[in-house]
Amino acid sequence: MTSAVSFKQVSRYFGSVRAVDAVDLDIAPGEFFAMLGPSGSGKTTCLRLIAGFEQPTAGSISIFGERAEGVPPYRRNVNTVFQDYALFPHLNVLDNVAYGLMVRGVGKAERLKAAEETLSLVRLPGYGARRPGQLSGGQRQRVALARALVNQPKVLLLDEPLGALDLKLRENMQEELKSLQKVLGITFVFVTHDQGEALSMADRVAVFNDGRIMQVGTPEDIYQRPRTRFVADFVGSSNVLPPDFVHRYSGQHRWGSLRPESIRVSGATSGDGVAARLVGTNYLGATTRLALDADGLRLHATVPAGTALPAEGEAVMLTFNREHLHLMDEPA
Amino acid sequence: MTIAAVQSKPAPAILPGNGGMRGALSDLFWRRPKLLLLLMLLPPLLWLGIVYIGSLFALLLQSFFSIDEFSGLINREFTLKTYGDLLQAANLDIIQRTVTMAALVTLASAVIAFPIAYYAARYARGRWKALFYLGVMLPLWSSYLVKIYAWKLILAKEGILTWLFGKLGLLWLLEAWLSLPIVGGNSLSVSFTGTFIVFVYVWLPFMILPVQAALERVPGNLVEASSDLGASPGQTFRNVLFPLALPGIVAGSIFTFSLTLGDYIIPQIIGTSRLFIGQAVYSQQGTAGNIPLAAAFTVVPIVVMGFYLWGAKRMGAFDAL
Repeated sequence: MTSAVSFKQVSRYFGSVRAVDAVDLDIAPGEFFAMLGPSGSGKTTCLRLIAGFEQPTAGSISIFGERAEGVPPYRRNVNTVFQDYALFPHLNVLDNVAYGLMVRGVGKAERLKAAEETLSLVRLPGYGARRPGQLSGGQRQRVALARALVNQPKVLLLDEPLGALDLKLRENMQEELKSLQKVLGITFVFVTHDQGEALSMADRVAVFNDGRIMQVGTPEDIYQRPRTRFVADFVGSSNVLPPDFVHRYSGQHRWGSLRPESIRVSGATSGDGVAARLVGTNYLGATTRLALDADGLRLHATVPAGTALPAEGEAVMLTFNREHLHLMDEPA
Repeated sequence: MTIAAVQSKPAPAILPGNGGMRGALSDLFWRRPKLLLLLMLLPPLLWLGIVYIGSLFALLLQSFFSIDEFSGLINREFTLKTYGDLLQAANLDIIQRTVTMAALVTLASAVIAFPIAYYAARYARGRWKALFYLGVMLPLWSSYLVKIYAWKLILAKEGILTWLFGKLGLLWLLEAWLSLPIVGGNSLSVSFTGTFIVFVYVWLPFMILPVQAALERVPGNLVEASSDLGASPGQTFRNVLFPLALPGIVAGSIFTFSLTLGDYIIPQIIGTSRLFIGQAVYSQQGTAGNIPLAAAFTVVPIVVMGFYLWGAKRMGAFDAL
């Protein structure tokens, strides 16, 4: 099957900075694909390479099997939802949504009808006459989404579209985006620095760092089986364990990853386990996050709220299930 | 620990006033910000309101007086006779000529200014931006008269422009242009074409700066969004850039249009002997001593600008503001 988007050894340099460095990538049609990484990791540049705002310095990009290098953005059947929405301030909402159809020469009545329908799809019916300036952040976001979707793109690119929304709205939009994608069957490529968002929404996630893809896989893969220290640390802030430590428990001299929720903390001072000291507690509502110091090794554990805990500074004993200790590929 | 070391004694929650007149004044202005605003606005309001607008009204009042043709004395009775004089063929000719010139100068300024302003707003950074401002502003620093006389030399038959056309083998083109009616003449420096060139040169900065300011406020991602939605560069210009730059273009055109309408030095030094409004005002209030007619002439640019702004607003030029 042809990939929706395919990168072959794609690089993009800005002067001496390698924003994207020899990236290989295949996104399947109809997939909800997330690009996750810290700022400056190259994920947005990858998105802009797909949109056509950037051209690769080296390598080749194809969209549904067609070569995309040198093809301007306006000839790509790909649409973008911009981070700050980029709505046209001089046009009302309906004309904003109809813009893509207007420049393609669709007649006025037809395009306004399509725009109105798409506004209903994003649950903003009847907002057509307003100006973008009169809308809230969440509403603007939906207009930006409608403006892209009305063109029925082959690939929809979303550049941190939920970044500017508050938490509650964000959770709603996450669910809505996911169900929209299911209904429409369009390939979504979603850029975010929020690992929770990437894990909860995407079919597959690519973790970026320093212009390279560190790991591609299902959210479960990425979360449970990180391949490198970076992925383990960035996705869900796992405890990264040095080879010497791992050796004691698994017999292998490899870097390991242990999820904070896999660690059990008890007030016992003797017996099996890792002796540590409780350095701090962080109440998070459903869970409590503990900062621990195991003989110089900083660890984090999350325990259900309400667990009886020793006082800060007390000695504790840490235990975990050996099979939760994940060994990483990264060389020791 | 360090903070405590810096503060020798515990700080009070409310700090004592600065004391003295200045301290009391600062506190007063903070409590009554409108008082400060009033004090700051009063001098310019007095200046604008009384000295400027007042004298303008005094002038306009004169246009409703008339002149006694025999004695040359001003008859201080309200009449529309002077406005009737304004409608004489010779005077209408002056008005039409000036308005046409102002419109053409404005159009040409906008066309030339846009790419320059676009470059400055979108691409120029740091040193290049400084160079842009210097390049646009530098001509404004030198004397207006020096520039115009320089242009007279440039445009003269023996001037560098004719020489350049000769070197390029395009002298026939220049001569063909000069042989045309109305725009032509013996040389560029005594033709309307020359007047037009110098007007555009002198007023161009007044168009570039507001257009640049308007384009500067257009977020770059709007251009990307337009392109992303399938608009070719031409469509993006028509549908996004131009409408958003329009308030700047209108602001610039107010300058170029009204400055051309009122100028009397450029057409006197460069161009034909036919008069523009500014020259008519000059000669009517000077040599002819017909203050009412001069005043009536000055009303024309005001009315024209009024209609222009009204039309621009109706066409939605300020919608993007």
